[in-house]
Order: sequence, then structure tokens, then C-alpha cells
Amino acid sequence: MQQEAVLAMLAKEPSSGSRLRARLNDALGPLGEAVNEGQVYVTLSRMEKAGLIARGEAAAPEAGRKVYELTAAGQERVADWLSEVAWPRPDLAEFHLKLVAAAQAGLADPVGIVDAQRRELLRHLRDVERAAMAEPGGSQAGLLLEGIVLRLQADLRWLEACERAWTNWRKK
Amino acid sequence: MSEDGSGAPIVRARGLRKEYGSGGGLVRAVDEVDLDVAPGEALAIMGPSGCGKSTLLHLLGGLDRPDAGELWVAGRRVDRLSERGVAQLRRHDVGFVFQAFHLMDELTAEENVELPALLAGRSPRQARRRAAQLLDQVGLSERAGHLPSALSGGQRQRVAIARALANEPKVVLADEPTGNLDSAATLDVLRLFEDLRAVGLTLVVATHDERIAATADRMISMRDGAFAGETRLAGGTRGNLAGLAGWGE
Repeated sequence: MQQEAVLAMLAKEPSSGSRLRARLNDALGPLGEAVNEGQVYVTLSRMEKAGLIARGEAAAPEAGRKVYELTAAGQERVADWLSEVAWPRPDLAEFHLKLVAAAQAGLADPVGIVDAQRRELLRHLRDVERAAMAEPGGSQAGLLLEGIVLRLQADLRWLEACERAWTNWRKK
Repeated sequence: MSEDGSGAPIVRARGLRKEYGSGGGLVRAVDEVDLDVAPGEALAIMGPSGCGKSTLLHLLGGLDRPDAGELWVAGRRVDRLSERGVAQLRRHDVGFVFQAFHLMDELTAEENVELPALLAGRSPRQARRRAAQLLDQVGLSERAGHLPSALSGGQRQRVAIARALANEPKVVLADEPTGNLDSAATLDVLRLFEDLRAVGLTLVVATHDERIAATADRMISMRDGAFAGETRLAGGTRGNLAGLAGWGE
């Protein structure tokens, strides 16, 4: 689990582990199912050791409960993370080379590989669509699911281009 | 009987053909197509523009007549029907949804939805009641009195879907229904289609939108007027979702 994402959720207010997990679940919707409580605590304890958060006592309504809060170093890390522009890169080169290698060595039909891959992505898209349909309009998690849908669509369009190109190659 | 034995197909085509032009310019837009659609099935026909998927849909709905082949829809032998019979088919058995909505601009949303019922001979009161019910179903009760020009693209398509359902068709045929819609409005249409399937309606959609294909029971790829492949999509696992967002372990 990405440490900075958990850290940034603590920027709003000091919070207990279970409350933090509830907020993550709100933001992630059905994707939150993959986040178990153990993971959250492991991440918190790692960040505590790194001096990014400290344990304290909750104020008024929850007085006496243990809560985690950002240290100065933690706040700085959050600020850095927010201004970062790193973006996860899809590894298209690997799939591309799979097709090239299969075709050159005559190991497999590249069009068949593309077809199998497309079916797999359509299955993913089906799962995400179903989750998106079940999400109430305007939910934060709905926006995340929309992002996954749009990326899968982009990948499927590229596979379409691959199919066209390798079909032509096969004809020659 | 359909292959899986789930009952007689509600749409059945054998050797269906439609040609345009003549001589050297002859184009077979639909070229000897065989098709069985089971009742309650959601089928997506995918392919690039010009592959013949819209023409095929028009043949299935009686908007166009085949040059050859046999076609049954909802128990009617469509290729042998008279013009009057075809009009009956369009009025009672199939509902159409188009990419460009095809609503009457000068009629309100409610009047657009009432129209097919009135044309089919229902009383104005029945037609109005049915329209109100359908607009409620597509979530547009509050917009019933609006003209199409006062509605968003997504809302117009929902009105068009309500209109397609006015006469309780057995089959809904949709031609690029999400072609003019943004991502959120597309999701609304997918939700509505899901509702239609839940009540047992048969859905045939010609589209190049992967999102519709992914939610259908079956997807057929069409190229140059003929079927080039068929896929049945079973769902994967929801546990995979987080991985798709790059989240999790």
C-alpha cells in the first residue's frame, strides 16, 4: 500500500487506525475491499518508525483513544507528494515485443495473442462497469472507476490497432 | 432452438443479405449473415464504421428490407411480410434507439414518449400514463415537460430509450446509442440497458463502444458485411479491481 496516500489522509485530522480505514474505504468504494485492516496498521507502524507520524491521544468526543497525527517531517512529505507529477506507466513495450517475437519466430499467431488479450481486457472492463453501475451517482469511488474504464478503453483501442496491423502482416 | 437449448430464438436470420449499388459498384453491406438471438439475451455487434452493423440492425427492425435470406423476429417471418406487416412489427415488437436520438424537436419529452403508443391506437390517457411511468423509469420525471433542446445529450438518449419501450417491445435494437455521449451519460445508458435485461427484454446493439460490448452477454465482430468472430464474456473477479487501479499489494 502506498505510504504517502495513507499519510496524506491523516493531514485532515489526527485519526485512529480504524477511522482512517473507513475514510479510505469511502474514497475507494469497491476497491477498498482490497485494503485490509492489517495492511493499514503495518503501514502506520512503518511510518511511525520513520518519524512521519506520531501517536497521541484523541481530543474531546473520542478522548482516551489512540490517534495518529502527522509530524513536521510527515507534513513535509505530504506536501512533496502532492506536488509530484510521477505517473504509473503502462508497460506496452512488453506486449509489443511479445507480438514481434511470436511473429518472427513463428511461435504463435500474433493476431490470436491480440484476440486473447482483448478478451481478457473486456472481462476486466465488464467487472469495472458492473462496479461503476452499482456506485451511486457523484461518489468519489465512481470517479476512480471512471478512470479505470477510460484507461481500459485506451488499451482496447490500441489492441484494435495491433489487430489491424498484424492481420495485414499475416496477409503478406 | 438456440444452441444452448434455452428456447426458440427471438431473432433468427439465415443467409441474410443486403446490397447497395449495382454492377461494378455493388456493395454487399450485409453478406449472408446467420444469426440467432435468444430471448433475454444482450448482444453487441461490433465493428468499424461501414462494416454493415447498422444495416443489419435496420434489417432486423424492419426499417430496411433484405435482398435475400430468411428472417424471423418475435415469431414473424419478416422477409415475407407485407409493408403493413412490417409496420406492425416496428410498432409492436421492436423498439429502436439511435445514435442521434431522433426525437421530435417540437414535442416535449413526454409527448415524444407518448407518440408510439398513440400511433399504435392506444387512448391518449393510456399513452400519457405509460409515458409518465417510462420517464420515471429513466429518471426524467421532472423533465417531462421539457423540449429536447432543453435536455442534455444523455437525457435525450434516455427519453429516446423510454420512447423505444412505449409499446412494450420484445426486442430493443440500438444503433450506436452511446456514440454521442460522454462517459457519465454512457454509464446511465448502460444502467438502463441492465434494467431492461433484468425484466427479460432482448437487446441487440450495434456499436464500436467497448463499454457496451463488455457488458453484453455476447459480442460479435463484424467485418465487410459478415461475422468475423464471436465472444462470450463471463465476468472475472471483483478482487481484481484494486489491481486495475494500481492499488493494493
